[in-house]
Amino acid sequence: MEYLDLIFQETYKILFLLVPVLVSVAMIVWLDRRVWAFVQKRQGPNVVGPFGLLQSLADALKYIFKEIIIPASSNKIIFILAPIITMTLALIAWAVIPFGVDQVLADINVGILYIFAVSSLGVYGIIMGGWASNSKYPFLGSIRSAAQMVSYEVSIGIIIINVLLCVGSLNLNDIVIAQKDMWFVIPLFPMFVIFFISALAETNRPPFDLPEAEAELVAGYQTEYSGMMYAMFWLGEYANILLMCALGSILFLGGWLSPIELYPFNLIPGALWLIFKILFLFILFALVKAIVPRYRYDQLMRLGWKIFLPLSLTYVVLTASYLFYFNLLPTN
Amino acid sequence: MIAHAIFFYIFSIIAVVSAVMVTVSKNTVHSVFFLILDFISISCLFIMIGAEFLGMIMLIVYVGAVAVLFLFVVMMLNVAQQKNQWFISKENSNHIPIGLLISVIIFFELIIVIGGWKFKPDLFDKANLSIVNDVSNTHSLGMVLYTDYIHIFQISGMILLIAMIGAIVLTFRQREGVKKQSYIKQISRERAEGVEVVEVASNRGVKIDD
Repeated sequence: MEYLDLIFQETYKILFLLVPVLVSVAMIVWLDRRVWAFVQKRQGPNVVGPFGLLQSLADALKYIFKEIIIPASSNKIIFILAPIITMTLALIAWAVIPFGVDQVLADINVGILYIFAVSSLGVYGIIMGGWASNSKYPFLGSIRSAAQMVSYEVSIGIIIINVLLCVGSLNLNDIVIAQKDMWFVIPLFPMFVIFFISALAETNRPPFDLPEAEAELVAGYQTEYSGMMYAMFWLGEYANILLMCALGSILFLGGWLSPIELYPFNLIPGALWLIFKILFLFILFALVKAIVPRYRYDQLMRLGWKIFLPLSLTYVVLTASYLFYFNLLPTN
Repeated sequence: MIAHAIFFYIFSIIAVVSAVMVTVSKNTVHSVFFLILDFISISCLFIMIGAEFLGMIMLIVYVGAVAVLFLFVVMMLNVAQQKNQWFISKENSNHIPIGLLISVIIFFELIIVIGGWKFKPDLFDKANLSIVNDVSNTHSLGMVLYTDYIHIFQISGMILLIAMIGAIVLTFRQREGVKKQSYIKQISRERAEGVEVVEVASNRGVKIDD
């Protein structure tokens, strides 16, 4: 009976986290399209519901009732597994995101490594989908994305090391609390910019959406997918984007800390601050999508390996030397 | 404790079965996927014994990077089509004796390692290492690695660096006539050098770039 009670409690907590995440993914798709339209002086989705807020739900319904087509020559098990893996990996990383001092599903010691590991597994959904489709364009798209995501993971990892040097712990809550006096965006501003751009590349957002460049590759790895399976790729992608925004706000923007420790700001709960920060980063993501043209593939690789990697490595040395020289290294 | 045991058996069974499937499955891409499953279940086992740092590093390094490169190579070379004919066909089976030899050597090495543990039980005694129990896994690992074994750690890093440079040197070829795009040249192009206004005589045309 104890185990059953435990399982029920945990399931309740997980649902309390996952349902808001899924709903906010639907809302964020709407927001993305509205911002995109706003930049181009269009209206965007504004018909279904107030301000078009229910557009994503209408789209989801449409996807559910569409037929799922599995190509005859595809590798069926892997073809079906790919969107499931993308979706699952995008959701399980939310387990360690702290929304407050103790408002976290799993307060593990190596939270940041867990998120990094899960986001580095995300490439498998894309590779498996592209390979199992047994078709030229999906395959090319998946190969591209494998190289792209592996390259940018390296610089994200080194940027995380920068932050960890200032914190001295791998726990996400410790990282947030360490920013009580000053958000890391101020001393590590260049790293924040590089993190933002690498996160764009890691989540295959424009201007780095080469895996699904529609002008060259139809839709990349998603070409053969239809109906709910396509929608799962899509949801997973947006959940990943939200996760990257959450990671950025935890690493650099102080997570659930309020910007000013004064009376009216103290009343707002930490979870709301985190949501505001995630939304701020997401609107930046959406603006970048609307403004910047797509990169060429060799430029993408050059940016990742020849510019971001040396820059972030140099910054690690700089941060470590600064902390060591002024005796600021964190002690546990 | 029962739940712990159940999860241990689940993960270890998955690990062993997928390790067998890596060698048994006929499709090369499938065996890479089984290898990934193996890595993941082994990192779950690491986490279960409390070595959460090792488990996560296993996921990041092996699953997130090494196996992606494996998949990359296997897919690019299209070895997925190769059927498992080595035991059936007569020719092209030179590598089987070599493979057997290597596996026998690895087997004896494993026996020696386990034998050392049996004959000298204090070889792996925790007292020999300066492990502090009240800090987290990551901290104690870092302390052991960066204070007691710093030179060995540095040497292994150098060996990896040399291997990396060696791989680049071995595969790098200077080829003639390769067209390259210079980033700086492309963005620093001015209108004056890109556009030329030519007077064109009627009915005769003009030749550019000959």
